Amino acid sequence: MICLLADIPLFPEEAGNSAPQVDAIYRALVGISTLMTAGLFVVITCFLIRYRHTSEANRTMLRLSPTYLEVTWTTIPMIIFTGLFVWGAIVFVKANHPARNATPIYVVGQQWYWDVRHQNGRHEIGDLHVPVGQPVQLIMTSADVIHDYYIPAFRQKYDVVPGKYTSLSFTATKPGKYRILCSQYCGTDHSLMTGYLFAMRPDAYQSWLDAKDGTGPQSMAETGARLFRTFSCSGCHGENIGVHAPSLAGIYGNSVPLQGGQFATVDDQYLRDSILRPTGEIVAGYKPIMPSYQGQISEEQVMQIVAYIKSLSQPPASATSLPVSNSSTP
Amino acid sequence: MPEESASHIPEQFESRAQQEEADALGIWTFLSTEILFFGGLILSYSVYRVSYHSGFAEGSAHLYFWIGTSNTFILLTSSLFMALAVHSIQDGDLEKLRRYLALTFTFGAAFLGLKLCEYYLDYREHLVPSVNFDPTHFLHPHSAELFLFLYFAMTGLHAIHMTLGLSALTYLYIRARRNDFSKAYHSPVRVVGLYWHFVDIVWVFLYPMLYLINN
Amino acid sequence: MSSASTTIEPSPTGAPPTRHPVTPDYLNDGYGLRSWLTTHDHKRIGILYLLSITVFFFIGGWAATMMRLQLLSPHGDLVTSETYNRLFTLHGVTMVWFFLIPSVPSVLGNFVLPMMIGARDVAFPRLNLLSWYIFVLGGIFTLYATISGGVDTGWTFYTPYSTTYANGHVIAMASGIFITGFSTIFTALNFIVTTHTMRAPGMHWFRLPLFVWSLYATSLIMVLATPVIAITLALIALERFAGVGIFDPRIGGDPLLFQHLFWFYSHPAVYIMILPGMGVVSEMITCFSRKRIFGYKFVAYSSLAIAILGFIVWGHHMFVASQSIYAGMIFSMLSFLVSIPSAIKVFNWTATLYKGRIHFHTPMLYALGFIGLFTIGGLTGLFLATLAVDMHVHDTYFVIAHFHYIMVGGMVMAYLGGLHFWWPKISGRMYNEKLAQFSAAIIFVGFNLTFFPQFILGYLGMPRRYPYYPPQWQVFHILSTAGASVLAVGYLLPLCYLTWSFFFGRHAPPNPWNASGLEWNETSSPPIRTNFEKLPIVTREAYDYPYPIKSDA
Repeated sequence: MICLLADIPLFPEEAGNSAPQVDAIYRALVGISTLMTAGLFVVITCFLIRYRHTSEANRTMLRLSPTYLEVTWTTIPMIIFTGLFVWGAIVFVKANHPARNATPIYVVGQQWYWDVRHQNGRHEIGDLHVPVGQPVQLIMTSADVIHDYYIPAFRQKYDVVPGKYTSLSFTATKPGKYRILCSQYCGTDHSLMTGYLFAMRPDAYQSWLDAKDGTGPQSMAETGARLFRTFSCSGCHGENIGVHAPSLAGIYGNSVPLQGGQFATVDDQYLRDSILRPTGEIVAGYKPIMPSYQGQISEEQVMQIVAYIKSLSQPPASATSLPVSNSSTP
Repeated sequence: MPEESASHIPEQFESRAQQEEADALGIWTFLSTEILFFGGLILSYSVYRVSYHSGFAEGSAHLYFWIGTSNTFILLTSSLFMALAVHSIQDGDLEKLRRYLALTFTFGAAFLGLKLCEYYLDYREHLVPSVNFDPTHFLHPHSAELFLFLYFAMTGLHAIHMTLGLSALTYLYIRARRNDFSKAYHSPVRVVGLYWHFVDIVWVFLYPMLYLINN
Repeated sequence: MSSASTTIEPSPTGAPPTRHPVTPDYLNDGYGLRSWLTTHDHKRIGILYLLSITVFFFIGGWAATMMRLQLLSPHGDLVTSETYNRLFTLHGVTMVWFFLIPSVPSVLGNFVLPMMIGARDVAFPRLNLLSWYIFVLGGIFTLYATISGGVDTGWTFYTPYSTTYANGHVIAMASGIFITGFSTIFTALNFIVTTHTMRAPGMHWFRLPLFVWSLYATSLIMVLATPVIAITLALIALERFAGVGIFDPRIGGDPLLFQHLFWFYSHPAVYIMILPGMGVVSEMITCFSRKRIFGYKFVAYSSLAIAILGFIVWGHHMFVASQSIYAGMIFSMLSFLVSIPSAIKVFNWTATLYKGRIHFHTPMLYALGFIGLFTIGGLTGLFLATLAVDMHVHDTYFVIAHFHYIMVGGMVMAYLGGLHFWWPKISGRMYNEKLAQFSAAIIFVGFNLTFFPQFILGYLGMPRRYPYYPPQWQVFHILSTAGASVLAVGYLLPLCYLTWSFFFGRHAPPNPWNASGLEWNETSSPPIRTNFEKLPIVTREAYDYPYPIKSDA
């Protein structure tokens, strides 16, 4: 939507599946607000003119019960607001609920750039290439401070928090180039932590994906497998090993019993925590002897190992991940 | 005859009764701010205790249980003496007031003294986060460190409040020596008494939270 | 002066104030720096606050000026990123803690509250003076942090940036705010105790002016919320000092715990900032409509409702922060609810105008400006309360525009209005009315030009705290900076003419506005140190104005 007077944009483009819905609520809110403000302005102006101190208007009070008026102008807004709340909540929940077949893309935010890895290993800095018409789930964490991944054209953003995985789910609806901006203050070059989202038709996207950069042809899972050996994870968690450690084959997505009686779902967050703070939630029946990798392994490498472990759960060709839920731990 | 300050009603008040009502409401309002102040720490502690129960239990096991327990008895006793101090000036007995104030002070100071010894022992045991914390003592080093950070923050804040309380007691004692209080006027004693009891109650919460996790 | 009920008497104009010839007014009751710095008089303490917060207002305003100049061009080089980040932090910290929060309560509240309820002073005058000294001490820490190079965390101090990564004097700045928090707490404590225990005979709760109700509700929030920010800042400082702590994700700490603790205070804090202004508006609307407030009890209870509800909406700052979606929904619903009491006030003020006899003196212009701008600001709050819209505009210029409409368009206008309203009582002088009306108009125009384009910028996607931005958005920034320059003129004018009037203005009569209220009818302009020759006895309701005319039965 462009301001016709001067070709100045007032709205960003709508390029994501949630954008039209968000814009619809926004327009409704603008409409309601304009009506209320204009209404108030008109009423007040009328009173100011009619009852200015030099006028001889009738100032005898009407016999209208004030309580009736108070109840009316309390109840009507409450009804309108409830409607707005419900509408907004529904759109928000739908927008943040990833589709079952969403393609995961891994994002690590750090001062002051976005590090993006696609499942097949394709790596990009700052920008993000996605297919149009296919659901995508960004699985994100920060290597340092809190950032926020913001795509105005999609009307969506989500914080990127150190110590946990958060996610942003969308389906691009229109090919094009759209801004990505960091929108949680993160230090000196916060305003330079920007990039572009390239929404491409599926065939163009696939050829982009296949044309990998020169460094290593390996997918996330393949790199993760290599790291699994390099960091000696296989020393305890490999098959046919004497050391008593839980087997990781097929573990992703399962519910495991913990010491203390509770159960935990083995999702991305659980795997990440097990690598970096292994004595936190130990599977029942195992001793707390796994060393922590905190400080020795980067967030990208953790994501690659997690991708590898995920691949042990299903045929390697299709790797569907559990929705990363955006809820606060601890 | 009561001293000048005991009979003089400050200019803004119309009567002694109004002054005392104001003093009482004032201290209760102040104590409610203190509840919120400690409450932030206690909330943070509780949130992490639920998430990291094993680590917190481990951290707690490394504290000096017998110092904490003795301190609890010492502080409760000092509160008893404070209550007796208020009671005695309500009867107009300045002599007993001075004696009980001194006893309250002594036991309060003993609490702080033991607390300082305990901090020194904690230091010797390498339990102080970022100063000389030794993770190898623990199965859950990260959460134990979290526990100890909160332990020092909570007991440290409490100790600061105790110190302020001791200063207030000193002030009261000096005024009692000058015969400033009487049966008719002893509002400051009640005010400090309430403060002292509050600091005691905070400890009654901190003690089981910090020392009794494993019991 | 009489000690009878609050009947209105016609007042002479232009003549020096009539009072007992022997008792000096509070300005002349002792001279010299020492008599001011050791005063127990709530009125003098109000003046001390007035001087201090004005200094901080212009410091914060200077920071904003620098920011707006930098934003004139998309890749401006007036200041580096580093400096820009320190500027917006300075702007936020000074404006929130050293201007807005103390503005109405510590200046106008201190001055007027005891007189309004018929008391000679607050319950604890020495504590009142101590509050001011604590405020100054906190200010010194903050200025020290600024002069040593500043802090670049934003006034929100999010972890782990503020605890682990930020360069700068975070501990000094956090300490300054921590100390000033006690100033707030002690002032609030004083107001609560004073309102409960020191009302004049006959001054029942429902005879109190609504300004007192709003100060009371504000004080409740201050007393319960401020300790939480105090402990949170103390934890930040401790964690920064120790190098490890409870917000540190590397040992399992949760950065979000900080956000919960921070916003648990900072959301009620915005109600601390706006409620007193609403009280001032109630006083001005009634006086300049010559009419009783419509729905007195509803307005009074709405202040309490805002105070209570304000404590349970903090999560609306964290909808996209990884808070659980269920918590988000609850906070969203409650945030819609908290806007209702404010709407009730706006409707009641409007209804008060109906069948009144309206005068357009400067305070009334500010009150009307408040109603308009606060309404816009409040309505845009609904946009932010809506989960789906917040997803897009969180942490953008939309939020900035929203809160500036309320804080500046609302609160600063209410403060200036109140300052003009009670100026004759405070200084014993009248200011130049035409100049004052002109300034109010300039402020209104400048304000809208500055902040309305920011709503558009926000929806376009411009994030907060950016010194550089995509060039397509420049036109809105230029409009905004142009508006800011007009606004600056509008703020400098009162500084000049009010100061001038203090020394050279025409002497004010005891009640130049023919207002209702003990502070107008039972005291001189300026008042004597103990306010009343003899304490009044109250027999009439509040807002004893001639309108509306009751219809014949």
